[in-house]
Amino acid sequence: MKIKMPRWFYQLASPRWFYDITSMLLPWFSMIALILMITGAVWGLVFAPEDYQQGNSYRIIYIHVPTAILAQSCYMLMAVAGGIGLVWKMKMAHVVAKACAPIGASMAVLALATGAIWGKPTWGAWWVWDARLTSMLVLLFLYIGVIALTSAFEHVASGDKAAAVLALVGVVNIPIIKYSVEWWNTLHQGATFTLTEKPAMPPEMWMPLLIMVIGFYCFFGAILMSRARTEVLQRESRADWVKSLVEQS
Amino acid sequence: MTPKRKKRLIIILALVFGAGLAVGLTMFALSQNINLFYSTSQIANNEAPVGKRMRMGGMVVDGSVKRASDTLRVSFGLTDYESEVTVVFSGILPDLFREGQGIIAQGKLDENGVFQADEVLAKHDENYMPPEIAETMKKRQEAQQ
Repeated sequence: MKIKMPRWFYQLASPRWFYDITSMLLPWFSMIALILMITGAVWGLVFAPEDYQQGNSYRIIYIHVPTAILAQSCYMLMAVAGGIGLVWKMKMAHVVAKACAPIGASMAVLALATGAIWGKPTWGAWWVWDARLTSMLVLLFLYIGVIALTSAFEHVASGDKAAAVLALVGVVNIPIIKYSVEWWNTLHQGATFTLTEKPAMPPEMWMPLLIMVIGFYCFFGAILMSRARTEVLQRESRADWVKSLVEQS
Repeated sequence: MTPKRKKRLIIILALVFGAGLAVGLTMFALSQNINLFYSTSQIANNEAPVGKRMRMGGMVVDGSVKRASDTLRVSFGLTDYESEVTVVFSGILPDLFREGQGIIAQGKLDENGVFQADEVLAKHDENYMPPEIAETMKKRQEAQQ
């Protein structure tokens, strides 16, 4: 059986093509992210109605939920990129995976911190060792492991490979995070937002949340691109196109 | 895809699958320990150890909350709509503590079947609504009864 990958898939592998296309996309992503995040934050924090039980403290979900979603999406992207890098020996895939790790780690830290700040008044505890919170902490440790492994080797290629393997093994944690609230008794509540069901929230509450989630994704895209671009320039510093780029500026 | 790449892809898929299987089996073996709390029926059926620290979760029974007048001591019934366990606690209750609310108490079960809690956590559900809507829903429920 012969599987043929589409042309754009191989085009992605070209550092120069990536650098050119992202210089076009980057300003758009940054601008949309800025607009959406400001709109979502002002709407969510000021205009959305307060909750009948928690009052105003529930508003932290407008930061907590997007960062938690992103921490997981970012991990999946990092693992898939790492897998592509291992199978097709694609340099660009490793660049993307490397750029993902610190962003995902920051998102995981933010999700854990905002969760703790909300947990103290609502639950009565900063931290509880329940399945959702623990698996999220494991995700943060996986990110830290990937970051450490990437730079632990003298050869860039060895570090990339080791980090990709760790990222792939850690993928098993993602479904655990997602379903932890359904499989076990946890203190953390179930998902408010799912793709399949009606949200357990009125529209004036979930609309700003949705805007924030999309805004955070655009923000993630923008940061990822600018990190990957820097990494490309560093790794390709001996290539002719990089040299001419430097001479031009 | 070249055969070499296909082989690498299969190795990677096997790696992810193998890791998933190993973790899955471990989780399955530990599933009792991963649960954060016992339900009140589990405690009523003696599935939970007596005299050992553990957590118990359930709903606060309506009209069961009794506060001492001179101390922070409070007692209330906890139910999962099957069996009820009495909880005794001295301390500050979280904001969300109220009758009908889901909570998790940490402590020990004494010989009389009373749960001596040293920590009470409120469990929040995934439903959020503005106060006006909650008010109308409550009125509608009362009208039905």
